[in-house]
Amino acid sequence: MVLLLQYTIIFASVLCLVALGGCFSEHSGVINLGLEGIMVMGALGGAVTMFMLPAGTSKIVIVIATTLAAILLGMLFSCLLAVACINFKADQTLIGTAMNLLATAAATVFVRAMNTSINPDNVSTSIQYIQPKKAFLKYIGGFEFNWFMLMAVVLLIASYILLYKTRFGLRLMACGENPQAADSVGINVYKMRWAGVLISGFLGGLGGIVYITAGVSEWKFEMGVAGFGFLALAVMIFGQWKPTNIALAALLFGLFRALSNVYTGIPFLAAMNIPSTVYNMLPYIISLIVLAFTSKNSRAPKAEGIPYDKGMR
Amino acid sequence: MKEKKSLLKNPSFQAILTSLICIVLGLLIGYIVLLMINPAGAGDAIKTIILNFLTRSSSAARAKALGNTLAKTAPLLMCALSICFCYKVGLFNIGAPGQYEAGACIGLYAAIAWHTPWFISLILAALAGAVVGSISGALKAYRNVNEVISGIMLNWIILYLTNTILGGKKTKDIASPYTMKLGAGNTKIPSAGLNTLFANNTTVTIAIPLAILFAILIWVILSKTKFGYELRATGFNKEAAKYAGMKEKQNIIVTLAIGGALAGIGAAFLFLTGYQEWSTTQNSVPAMGFNGIAATFLGGLHPIGTIFASFFIQSITDGGALINKSVYPSQISDLISSIIIYLCGFVLFFKFAINNWISKKDKGGPNVNDVPVKDDAAKAEGGEK
Repeated sequence: MVLLLQYTIIFASVLCLVALGGCFSEHSGVINLGLEGIMVMGALGGAVTMFMLPAGTSKIVIVIATTLAAILLGMLFSCLLAVACINFKADQTLIGTAMNLLATAAATVFVRAMNTSINPDNVSTSIQYIQPKKAFLKYIGGFEFNWFMLMAVVLLIASYILLYKTRFGLRLMACGENPQAADSVGINVYKMRWAGVLISGFLGGLGGIVYITAGVSEWKFEMGVAGFGFLALAVMIFGQWKPTNIALAALLFGLFRALSNVYTGIPFLAAMNIPSTVYNMLPYIISLIVLAFTSKNSRAPKAEGIPYDKGMR
Repeated sequence: MKEKKSLLKNPSFQAILTSLICIVLGLLIGYIVLLMINPAGAGDAIKTIILNFLTRSSSAARAKALGNTLAKTAPLLMCALSICFCYKVGLFNIGAPGQYEAGACIGLYAAIAWHTPWFISLILAALAGAVVGSISGALKAYRNVNEVISGIMLNWIILYLTNTILGGKKTKDIASPYTMKLGAGNTKIPSAGLNTLFANNTTVTIAIPLAILFAILIWVILSKTKFGYELRATGFNKEAAKYAGMKEKQNIIVTLAIGGALAGIGAAFLFLTGYQEWSTTQNSVPAMGFNGIAATFLGGLHPIGTIFASFFIQSITDGGALINKSVYPSQISDLISSIIIYLCGFVLFFKFAINNWISKKDKGGPNVNDVPVKDDAAKAEGGEK
């Protein structure tokens, strides 16, 4: 049971972070389908940093450097979305899809080139980080506490405050609801949308490194992040674009995800003999059903997905 | 009064030109990445990626390699047509991979467990894809659910469902994660003598000419029939179509059902040729559907252009597998094709720039460039680290 709790919380942290990222981007009016790609890039940044840091680096340095690298790479990669969709008014669905493919391909190429340059016979696409990963963990009884869990909670509260209690957040949401009106009162819609996308890069990148350090100590970059970015998108929709609801949705979907990992260890669930694919499917099925019942009067930002053109005012 | 018309003003020429710009830029960035990994063999590597089968030593090997590329182009073309058809009607069918999975699931199940002849399996695969497509369509028409979101959710639902169904005892050996090989007889799509043209490559089947026929058929439906006109009208403006007496809800569902059927047939074109088996342990959505997006946009959103674009994308993917793998990663071609897709997002801007340039040259008039130009190439570099 402790294992189930631990997995639920760490997966929920990932989903919560990434979904909040999506939430900021969409509230500013840009649909971010590239979350999966941003996660891959964040994961790459973090994993490479952990790999490169010399043995014996103090724990606190490892934690800070890894986190910062993941965030930085996530934000850099999200610039691709911002440039194309905000400045060049490209199709947001197309660019998001391209980013997902690009991130996985680029990460694979980079990791393989790195491995080969260190050892010419090493053609794998994985990075190992068994030792440095321990810097993130603290054992409380049988429970494996991860510093990322704390970061997720702090960032959740910060996101709530930023979105609802600050001038910046309210302006950001105005740009997603009615950019023309926002512009008419002097808000720079382009800047606000850039801010929204960059924040989603920040949170998505962080989510990426949390995901690949959850439970495993080695990551094969060919796999990308195995659809977690899309699951986060489902969390965001299930949470109706509100941080508090997103946190609850993340807990629920995190539980399903954890169940698919550990259900064989729980006698009552193992006895039911439900294949793990069912637990994997459930989050998506639930979101689809929720969408079917809520989309008529959806809480989605009104102007999301529509490039803002000053001339159209 | 007839003015001499500049070639640059021709929309189809512009479409081809912009696609070529995307390809050249994509290859250039790929080349730079190769140079960064190892400058010595980068020239050879990029040449191998571009030339693909032409780099094989004997003519028989060339023919065989070309056959392999063509065999995989057929399913890719079908996925691209699925996305192209829906896009022309104003729907982004990102659910194509899910419809493709459904086609693979039912098509393979029928062929392996029931030993149905290939054309029955093919029709079942098309129906399965159509059902998945129409789920997205119905959700869009009646519940206002964005087809992109429902498509993404369905991609994953159907992936796990397919793994469960094909993972059963009837279709999979206990020891291996792959589905059983198709038996002899007519469960496989026939080759009809085409294999002899490609050095007896048995994966070359009538799927290839059929896929091209489908491309022509889609083009005819979209641009020459009343049905296609109504679908496109619905895509342009749902309310106006309704006002003009068209059944707009039905049109949305029919569009996605046709898109789904095309993607389902695409799966049949790959798995029923025996080219490969379905891996029941795969935990990511097959890339075929997403590459279809690349082929669609690179093909200038035109069914005929899509044929060439599909071949190109598949050819560089296969070419990537031929480069010196001890030095360069074969995923470099995935990188190139994803950069090309990304650049396709700028197609509108490229066209705008071309037209702007023409009008400036013609009139010497004011520049109406209201798109702020930024150095996106520098940004693209930054994202690849």
